[in-house]
Amino acid sequence: MGSRYPTSTPDRPIPPMNPKPLVALYATCLVNTFRPQVGLAAIELLEQAGCRVEVPELQTCCGQVSYNSGDTEAARGAARQVIDTLAPYAHVVLPSASCAGMMIHHYPRLFHDDPQWLSRAHELAGRCHELLGLLDRLQAQPRPGWSAGAVAWHDGCAGLREMHLQDPPRRLLARSGIEVREMAESETCCGFGGTFCAKFPEISARLADDKLDHACATGAHTLLGGDLGCLLHLAGRARRRGLDITVRHVAEALAGEPLEPPIAYPGDPSA
Amino acid sequence: MKSRATEFDARARRALDDQALQAALSRARSGFVDKRRNAVAECGNFDDLRGAAILARERALLDMAACLERFEARVVANGGEVHWAETGAELNTIVSGICAAAGARRVTRGKSMIGEETGLNQALEHAGLEVTETDLGEYIIQLAGERPSHIIAPAVHKTRAQVSELFASHHERGERPLEEIRDLVDEAREVLRARFLAADVGITGANFLVAETGSAIVVTNEGNGDLTASLPRVHIVIASIDKVVATLEDATALLRVLGRSATGQAMTAYTSLFSGPRQAGDTDGPEQFHVVLLDNGRSSIAGGEFAEILRCIRCGACLNHCPVYMSVGGHAYGWVYPGPMGAVLTPLLTSLPESSRLPDASTLCGRCEEVCPMDIPLPDLLRRHRANAHRQRLDPKRWRFGIALHAWLARRPRLYQWASAAAARLLAMAARGRGYLSRFPIAPGWTAVRELPSPQGTNFLSARIKRGRKDDGH
Repeated sequence: MGSRYPTSTPDRPIPPMNPKPLVALYATCLVNTFRPQVGLAAIELLEQAGCRVEVPELQTCCGQVSYNSGDTEAARGAARQVIDTLAPYAHVVLPSASCAGMMIHHYPRLFHDDPQWLSRAHELAGRCHELLGLLDRLQAQPRPGWSAGAVAWHDGCAGLREMHLQDPPRRLLARSGIEVREMAESETCCGFGGTFCAKFPEISARLADDKLDHACATGAHTLLGGDLGCLLHLAGRARRRGLDITVRHVAEALAGEPLEPPIAYPGDPSA
Repeated sequence: MKSRATEFDARARRALDDQALQAALSRARSGFVDKRRNAVAECGNFDDLRGAAILARERALLDMAACLERFEARVVANGGEVHWAETGAELNTIVSGICAAAGARRVTRGKSMIGEETGLNQALEHAGLEVTETDLGEYIIQLAGERPSHIIAPAVHKTRAQVSELFASHHERGERPLEEIRDLVDEAREVLRARFLAADVGITGANFLVAETGSAIVVTNEGNGDLTASLPRVHIVIASIDKVVATLEDATALLRVLGRSATGQAMTAYTSLFSGPRQAGDTDGPEQFHVVLLDNGRSSIAGGEFAEILRCIRCGACLNHCPVYMSVGGHAYGWVYPGPMGAVLTPLLTSLPESSRLPDASTLCGRCEEVCPMDIPLPDLLRRHRANAHRQRLDPKRWRFGIALHAWLARRPRLYQWASAAAARLLAMAARGRGYLSRFPIAPGWTAVRELPSPQGTNFLSARIKRGRKDDGH
């Protein structure tokens, strides 16, 4: 039996790639507002891997919040805007599995009863890539430059279950010489869940605590992940608890030094 | 049974602070998950079994009315009787009526979620009958005066120490050791043995109803279903209409995935088929065999946007793999069915306005749909409830406004970029060099339990433009 989230389908074959593909970076709304560093690191990694990177200026948000909140009409509006904005680009890259999963798997569902937009959604889905999956596919060799020791890796749920990204980040980290310490219960959700984390704070915090305790138990002092939503939530909780672990997007670690301060830590005031 | 799903938040908070419950849940969590994983790995072709099981289920659901009529005809041919109950209250009346006609005083019960749905025990006790649950977990919570918190492990929320206390206070058997599980099981067996022998009527549920043979299939690990069904004079099966399958072959396809998904067993210890009353020449079995079929809203689910939930075979895998269920337990959900399948079913079988918190209380992590042997798209079904709740304006105004504003901005890229840059700047200023904010009145739920990480001061598109200029040597 096939997965509900196939890597490719007849509607959405994986297109061949030039050796120097032109890719559009869709930074996502969270990276744009909270952590531009992730977008800049993504550009660097893509360029190292031989891509030419463009950043479409009219990008906003993929509409996942509206979609998961039941506001289907608003989600369709956001999806149409994204499909139009990204129409000129042969490839689109997102530094987030959940936003990539939204465009690849959920846009077609949003337009299941609208043949014209459905075919445009399928067409976009075929050109969309999650950053780590694409870097791995391009056999990127991130430059070694990380000096903060072993890391724990957080498998986001969309990365695991919608985008099948269990191996690519581990391979990329290994290639750049970063030791990954595996956490217990790595397939369990960290409790972010979009608006869930603010609607059910106590449950969300319990799940974050389980995840953070598993991360700390590995002995690593850095937790990396590929989805900024999970990471803002986990970093915020780790700070509230005063835990001895810092949190970053994996692109920052792969892009190497110089590093910005970890999520929820202040910059050096003298810099 | 009355739904208390509106109290989800308060119940969940209490559950998170309940140390005994948390101890019980953390033990259950690893047990269920590891056992299922091993069983699936051992069988080698689980996805094939799953495909066959889904086909078996779909075959019956597409043709449910005809399957049920064939089932009824076979039961009648076997010498039994079939009764149709549109609502839970009707089922209770029918069952009470059968008990009264048989002059019954004592009733034994096999485990059944349908009985929970209709509040059958209370109805029977109200009619003056003495009711004993015979599944060990059900018996424990009957003593405690509670409800099941899990669809296959009703007392999963209880610790061994709590069970010891219950037995010590309810069974008048003097001083005795009750620390070990062995002691508890032996004592329950002795107490229940007397009840089995004294019962006039035995009521079981059914995992499947086989149209081809008129059989109710009951799986247990304790054998209590068999004693409940075959010792009393009257056996009553209560089941919902969606339990019907066309053939024995189809039922076996489903049994192959049920045990593995539920308890990690290739087969449960007992798999029994009950097809009618004692026949001439039989040495045992009941004199009367009744099947009461419950609709309670299910026929209107068929063919609609939630039809896939009717494939559910109540294995409990979605509960066992749900991070939310495993944090708060089943009682928080406030009605009969907890976890992801419960959050889909409860609004359908009760009403969305009184249970709209349940579909909301999910991170949509997708693990439930990954382990569901019936491949039910549970996150999608939860989203459909959310969409219906949004259309009916059941979601809080503040959330509606915030999400609508964000979506409105998202369709206006230049304004959106301006707002995002302003937010990045303002929040960074408000963080005052600490790296985070501890209070954020726009989303108090965020800062209730965690800091809000500060933005880096400028948004990505502005940072990109700056960086791009530098790179281009401008």
